Amino acid sequence: MSEAFLYTVEVFLNGLMAGVLYALVALGFVLIYKASGIFNFAQGVMALFAAMTLVGFQNGQVPFAHLINATFGLHVTTFGWNLHSTVAVFLTVLVMIALAWAVQRFVFRHLVGQEPIILFMATIGLAYFLEGVADLMWGSEIKTLDLCWAVGACLPQGGNLWIEQATEGLGGEGFYGFFIDSLDIVAALVAMVLVAALVAFAQYTKQGRAMRAVADDHQAALSVGVSLNFIWILVWSLAGFVALVAGIMWGAKSGVQFSLSLIALKALPVLMLGGFTSIPGAIVGGLIIGVGEKLFEFLIGAPFLGGATENWFAYMLALVFLVFRPQGLFGEKIIERV
Amino acid sequence: MFYREAGEFSTTYKDDSQTFPIKFDRWRYYFVLFVAVFVIPFMVNDYWVNSIFLPFLIYAIAAIGLNILVGYCGQVSLGTGGFMAVGAYACYKLMTSFPDVSMFVHVIIAGAITAVVGVLFGLPSLRIKGFYLAVATLAAQFFLVWLFNRVPWFYNYSASGQINAPERDTFGVLITGPNTEAWAAYLFCVVFTIVSAVIARNLTRGSVGRKWMAIRDMDIAAEIIGVNPLTAKLSAFAISSFFVGVSGALFFSVYLGAVEVGEVFGINKSFLVLFMIIIGGLGSIFGSFAGAAFLVLLPVALKVVGVDWLGWPTDIVAHLQLVIVGALIIVFLIAEPHGIAQLWRVAKEKLRLWPFPH
Amino acid sequence: MKMKFATMAVAAVMAAGPVMADLVFPSLSYRTGPYAASGIPFADGYADYFTLLNERDGGIGGAPVRMVECETGYNTEKGVECYESTKGEGALVYQPLSTGITYQLIPKATADGIPIHSMGYGRTSASNGTVFSHVFNYPANYWDGASGAINYLLEENGGNLDGKKIALIYHNSAYGKEPIRTLEELQKQHGFELTLLPVDHPGQEQKSQWLQIRRDRPDYVVMWGWGVMNQVAVQEAVNIRYPMENFIGVWWSGSEADVIPAGAAANGYKALTFHGVGKDYPVYDDIQKFVLDAGKAAGAGDQIGTVQYNRGMYAAMLAAEAARTAQEIHGTADITPAMMRDGMEALEITEEKMAALGLPNYGPAFKVSCEQHGGPGLVGVTQWDAAAQQWNVISDYKPTDRELIGRLIEEDSAAYAAENNIEPRCN
Repeated sequence: MSEAFLYTVEVFLNGLMAGVLYALVALGFVLIYKASGIFNFAQGVMALFAAMTLVGFQNGQVPFAHLINATFGLHVTTFGWNLHSTVAVFLTVLVMIALAWAVQRFVFRHLVGQEPIILFMATIGLAYFLEGVADLMWGSEIKTLDLCWAVGACLPQGGNLWIEQATEGLGGEGFYGFFIDSLDIVAALVAMVLVAALVAFAQYTKQGRAMRAVADDHQAALSVGVSLNFIWILVWSLAGFVALVAGIMWGAKSGVQFSLSLIALKALPVLMLGGFTSIPGAIVGGLIIGVGEKLFEFLIGAPFLGGATENWFAYMLALVFLVFRPQGLFGEKIIERV
Repeated sequence: MFYREAGEFSTTYKDDSQTFPIKFDRWRYYFVLFVAVFVIPFMVNDYWVNSIFLPFLIYAIAAIGLNILVGYCGQVSLGTGGFMAVGAYACYKLMTSFPDVSMFVHVIIAGAITAVVGVLFGLPSLRIKGFYLAVATLAAQFFLVWLFNRVPWFYNYSASGQINAPERDTFGVLITGPNTEAWAAYLFCVVFTIVSAVIARNLTRGSVGRKWMAIRDMDIAAEIIGVNPLTAKLSAFAISSFFVGVSGALFFSVYLGAVEVGEVFGINKSFLVLFMIIIGGLGSIFGSFAGAAFLVLLPVALKVVGVDWLGWPTDIVAHLQLVIVGALIIVFLIAEPHGIAQLWRVAKEKLRLWPFPH
Repeated sequence: MKMKFATMAVAAVMAAGPVMADLVFPSLSYRTGPYAASGIPFADGYADYFTLLNERDGGIGGAPVRMVECETGYNTEKGVECYESTKGEGALVYQPLSTGITYQLIPKATADGIPIHSMGYGRTSASNGTVFSHVFNYPANYWDGASGAINYLLEENGGNLDGKKIALIYHNSAYGKEPIRTLEELQKQHGFELTLLPVDHPGQEQKSQWLQIRRDRPDYVVMWGWGVMNQVAVQEAVNIRYPMENFIGVWWSGSEADVIPAGAAANGYKALTFHGVGKDYPVYDDIQKFVLDAGKAAGAGDQIGTVQYNRGMYAAMLAAEAARTAQEIHGTADITPAMMRDGMEALEITEEKMAALGLPNYGPAFKVSCEQHGGPGLVGVTQWDAAAQQWNVISDYKPTDRELIGRLIEEDSAAYAAENNIEPRCN
């Protein structure tokens, strides 16, 4: 096989992996949009907040240390303990559930029945608020995220050697085997499990069905005895959990810092391509965007256009798809009646 | 007491359909205009102009432009930053190619160029709707920024890739460049802001505006009653982009003086202007001003209170700023979901009946 | 209606009047936002050094220093607000700390007669003092950085880079594009093969670029990165098992925050520098004694000795020395921005001076003149030791290709002068 072909395959594979990572972020958006019609602008900040909280717990940081020190003239920084990752993840999930409750109790309960644009705007406020709170709580320095569930069993980093060596023989001198990041493989597995679990939850459990009922029609769901409050807290908690997973995967690569909230931008074309309302759509959309942008950069962008084309190409690609299917690939068909 | 329709008799249709039907409102409006044009220019210094008035006025123009598209025509756009960049770069190319032409002309032509680009990226709106349309405008946002960064012709092949506003004047008064007097820059922008607001107001209550609103409320129904969606949507994109382009040109030439496209006209700008109109009130010219004021002035005010008066550490103040702005947005929404403009409307309604509300 | 606020605003009275009793040094810091990880230590270092001067020496030449901090969040518009709000207080010199704010302030501050010191960033051609009267970018600029990196590689390869492949991975912005022109000229001169790999802001996703590096196997990778792009690039280099000692970043890609997230594998990564690393200098004992132990540290006090902290402190030291020079020239302790400018133009940093300040060999010795605002452009190289968690200097401050850089600076500043009708000075 020729090297050019093999390298194209490599780019394709890495595009798939990148796509899964985008899809992880997009999933959070889809969950909330599906159940409540809210386009949650704060999803990226939630990922940041979750990752910061996780690291904060791991390192035993004192929350709001800087504020406390500035107000009372103290010098507290840490509690002096290091929590085990599993415990820290568990505590972070609790925090995200508490956040979901607070969001429901103090914001969206008061906004039931409002137009989507107003709900969207409330999430803008939430994004500002959370960003400020996250920074106040844990400080804006960059933090390293190492997740280990047992001694020596941490999130892997680096190219997968086994794949590399196994495929080295495929090409000639200039081919070094396929490069696939181990972290991406883990992320892909986690994403698959997550999607399967979410789909199963939505299809086969009572709460899941209630969730879908709410998504279809708030009032009808209410009238058959579904608690809107509970479902919304549930959905926001799930979105918070997905945000935590996305935050871990991206944060492991770049360290936990403000820029983590910008990953939401990577999820937007995925959402639009896959449709706002479809969980499998987020995955398929992510894969198409990931592969599309990587291949375009490899075949056309870098050689002919001077590179760095990925950002806009993702949107152009989504745009082309949308022209043919205006509701996204898996979105519910828009039926308009006068 | 004084804020009443009572005693006002409209004898012509023109009187009946004016923007400010109440005399008190009308006088207040003239008074504000008078102060803005004839009083403030004599009182301002560099600080007030550069950190408060210019950003407020220029964002207000951008917000008016976006409000036409989103608030009146119902087409969600996240390409404002990119379109502002078009205005800025068009203005820069014009300024450097025709140094002797008045800045007024440059800014207006820059707006016109942006309008053409806006129509181009507005074409997908004929098929894609709602949040999905945002993808088309986001494509514009990222592509335009990439383009201005990539093609050296746009920044005149300068080594740094930045564009710098050279000194240009209008009627012999310097408008751009470091030696501009504060009042000149202020007056230049205030004229554009007032004219934009008046044009936008009159467009939106005329037949064009009614067509936009019909499209916004339900485009199929609008089509059935004879509104051409092609012309209505594209005209909204064109006019909206014109204003946005003007604001971009002013933002670069008068306000900042030097611009790097990715930093100044990035995606954050698009979001910021969108936030302004949502918080201010969709489909309201006053809302555009209120939103711009809220997001430009509030952070400055919080900073002055926190850092200069209370002496808190700057980073805590910056974080608290975010918390307070976020919390205020939510509180406002719960109190009045339709933005500051609606609060204002309700207040006026109350005032009309005051002090005998029953 | 719309002018409601305007009327209110005019009614309000501007409170702050200029206070000329002390030396005002504004600090446009960015402790928040996407680049806070670099901004916090820099701001701490800048503040702590001035605090030290106040506590230990009672200020500069008897006049106390007042530092006014203003948070920009690396945002140009907030930078404008900061500039306008602090300039009335008699600000002596601005360190804009962001490319955008620097470009924005160059014409403005020049018109207002306030000097700017953009140390290792900003507009490179500003080192031509005949065109940029109020802008200083000593001791080194980006083009020095590019040339310094190539010189270092030349040295590594016995003076010959013929046929070597060098990849430049850069932040796709004005900042990141700075070295390209210089590297292209050097490419002609030394015969290496240059590949350009732009990364779009913010730079969290760099798979394409690093896959290309993995395919092409360049001998060296040079990086002009910023913010999250740095951490991801180092991590991706580790991932593809690129030899880290062949990977060189500019000084804005070489702080602790950039390498620590990648862990032990980042060992051997190199970065350019124009100032000392670590805290093995006498001045740090004083900082510990007079600032940290006295509870007067600007930040949490945990940043001391990091690269960005040192850079902030170095900037403060240069500013303080320039102020001292200005005081000597004009014979008054209470200097104005105009005097400060003269002081910066006459600034001379010698080995003895640095030793006396408790910073022996901390930076290159240099002398600023009317024509030359850029210093000597001496560039050193540091290397990350992941086990010890510290940067080590592996190549001393060495000269760069000034002939080439001088030509490029001449070209760019002439274009600026023509565009803005500036008459060359210093004749």
